[in-house]
Amino acid sequence: MSGGGEPSHAAAVMSALVPLPVILPLCAAGLKLAIGARLERLQRFISAGVLAAVLVVSLVLLVAADRHGPQVMFAGGWAPPVGIVLVADRLSALMLVISSAVTLCVLVYSVGQGMADNDEVTPLSVFHPSYLVLVAGVSDTFLAGDLFNLYVGFELMLTASYVLMTIGGTLSRIRAGATYAVVSLLSSMLFLAAVAMVYAATGTVTMARLPARLDALPDGVGMLIQIALLGVFAIKAAVFPMAAWLPDSYPTAPAPVTAVFAGLLTKVGVYAILRTQTLLFPGHRIGDVLMVLALLSLLVGILGAVAQTDLKRLLSFTLISHMGYMVFGIGLATRGGISGAVFYVAHHITVQTTLFLVAGLVERRSGTTDLQSLGGLARLSPLLGVMFFIPAMNLAGIPPLSGFLGKLGLLRAGIDDGGALAYLLVAGGTATSLLTLYALAKAWNLAFWRAPTPEMCAAGTVLEDTEADSDDDEEATSGQGTRTTGPRAVLDRWEPAPVRRRGAATFGGQEITTSATLPLSMTVATVALVLFGLAFTVLAGPLFSLTDRAAGELIARTPYVEAVTR
Amino acid sequence: MTGTLALVCCGGVLFASGTALLMARPLTRILLGIVLIGNGVNILVLATSGAAGRAALLYPESDPGRMADPLPQAFILTAIVITLAVTAFLVTMAYRSWQHSGNDDVPDDIEDIRVVRRATYAEERERLRAAYRKRRHEYRALARGEEEREAREHSAYQRLGTARDRYREMRRRARADARVFRARQARAEETAEEIEGEDDPWQTILGADR
Repeated sequence: MSGGGEPSHAAAVMSALVPLPVILPLCAAGLKLAIGARLERLQRFISAGVLAAVLVVSLVLLVAADRHGPQVMFAGGWAPPVGIVLVADRLSALMLVISSAVTLCVLVYSVGQGMADNDEVTPLSVFHPSYLVLVAGVSDTFLAGDLFNLYVGFELMLTASYVLMTIGGTLSRIRAGATYAVVSLLSSMLFLAAVAMVYAATGTVTMARLPARLDALPDGVGMLIQIALLGVFAIKAAVFPMAAWLPDSYPTAPAPVTAVFAGLLTKVGVYAILRTQTLLFPGHRIGDVLMVLALLSLLVGILGAVAQTDLKRLLSFTLISHMGYMVFGIGLATRGGISGAVFYVAHHITVQTTLFLVAGLVERRSGTTDLQSLGGLARLSPLLGVMFFIPAMNLAGIPPLSGFLGKLGLLRAGIDDGGALAYLLVAGGTATSLLTLYALAKAWNLAFWRAPTPEMCAAGTVLEDTEADSDDDEEATSGQGTRTTGPRAVLDRWEPAPVRRRGAATFGGQEITTSATLPLSMTVATVALVLFGLAFTVLAGPLFSLTDRAAGELIARTPYVEAVTR
Repeated sequence: MTGTLALVCCGGVLFASGTALLMARPLTRILLGIVLIGNGVNILVLATSGAAGRAALLYPESDPGRMADPLPQAFILTAIVITLAVTAFLVTMAYRSWQHSGNDDVPDDIEDIRVVRRATYAEERERLRAAYRKRRHEYRALARGEEEREAREHSAYQRLGTARDRYREMRRRARADARVFRARQARAEETAEEIEGEDDPWQTILGADR
């Protein structure tokens, strides 16, 4: 691997490490299903241990990929035309490191939440295996060396995510989960159709073999395949025209689940766009389309965020908006643009996850995330204020923080590009940054300043899932099969005085118990993520040079191709 | 690769009918649509393997040109397994939804509608408020004129009483206007929905069991 000679012992060890981020969580998930609901402490220990091991393996892979080029593993010893290949280059390894660090923190948080709620055993024994399968799927997508394996990785991740999204099975979660599942399924079908197109046109799905064969295709066919793949990944990444499913479905899930979905799953889509658009379809062929999508995503998303009155929904809309920055970098297709996009992905995974975890803590403290009924949190819980303030400013892009550096990198790449569209994007990006600051400052003013509102619940209140309850009542009075429980009926009930969206915060989805003090492990996990986000600021120099090398590797294409077909 | 038109057409028909089913509200119908599209995709994948041939593993000595391409078949098998698992999951979701609410409709996003309505109501409230302010202004001017006239005819106490009564009457009317407007708007939306339901052929085809 390092220079093409006979594989040394160290290289063989490295090659054996490559599949571990997929295999370890999968094996652990199986083990946990075997253990079942017994031995809760052992369960937690296994989950945390496995994710920590994945983090270590990913770090080793990152160092190896940075020093010696892409690390490759041929499953079963079969070479690519027949076998499956896993590749860890700089981009994959970097994504693996960030994702495993974030998933580890979220796991600690969710264990804390489960303990704080004194949660029912059943949802937790479902949560842990599903969560590990999700991690395995995410790792598999990052490592996949062929398109079909990428599809399988996506499916692994999505199937686990359907379970996590609807965990507890309350009405609101089933409703939100249905939208999510249907949209994801449809995009998976389209993905499979696109894989079929690729195979029909080129006779292979191995990514390292595709560049040469795709370049030989007629322009129209290549374009068709490129757009099909882009469309599929844009749905997964929630880029603007295909983003409507996201704010509908994410906020109803339990806080840690929403956090990991918002942080990671959308970025998996961005990763897939990045990989296919650089490796398979180099150049600027649909760069303009990507840039227009990026601009729309930036502006529509952030205007949506400004209009929201619920903290979780506001964050969901900023998520859609900030997808635009990454797509902008990919659309530029220059070394600077891609480097900026990779840096922004790394920064955004951490910050977005942190903010959703803080939203979960806000819900725990005050029983709601509705901005109208929150107030005075900064006085009630200064730690919560700090934990919200730092990532919020980071997301908005206030100068010393990594959000600013990431945006600066992208804007500079846009100015270097010098096209009219690039300048428009630079203006749009700046406006979005300011509007993000506005939206988050509004949230801060309403939730953290002001006097505490009377609607805010006192510590120790147990909140029922109001929506599910009232529907159950209605069902009891009017009998099953009536048409009164449709969206219309719900809307009418909500019309006179908007009811707050509350409850549904636990895994079971039944009730949450508010508490004056924040549970320890939830706080520790959130603080760890805040610090992890700040580390990007401190280590921005080395990280930027790493993303720059990764971008160089992506644009050159030959290191990846040669590592696999050697 | 030899094209097989029959497979492609079959896949296309499955795609089309699946898409039509996806437009429905009940999750069960959407699920059927997804199953159809899933099978359509599988058939398209099969079409990429070219014309039918002999099984590679069973006839290793035969001419490679006459063998079927096994890779798409492996793709399809994987995809079938995945579709099966997800279908099972969606069926349980539909059942759970029915347990909860007596139907398995996939609803609109209520929070979205709320934000939209808030905007329309804010506009309407602004308009009514402006009209009310204008009328109050006019009335006060009128009342001032009347006051001067009435000052010659009535006592101070009566004058104050009529002015306040008329002002209140005015306010009551403005509020009633607002109420009527809201009711009318709600009724219009409802009838629009009904009309849409009656005239829409898709509604009659897909919403037969609703």
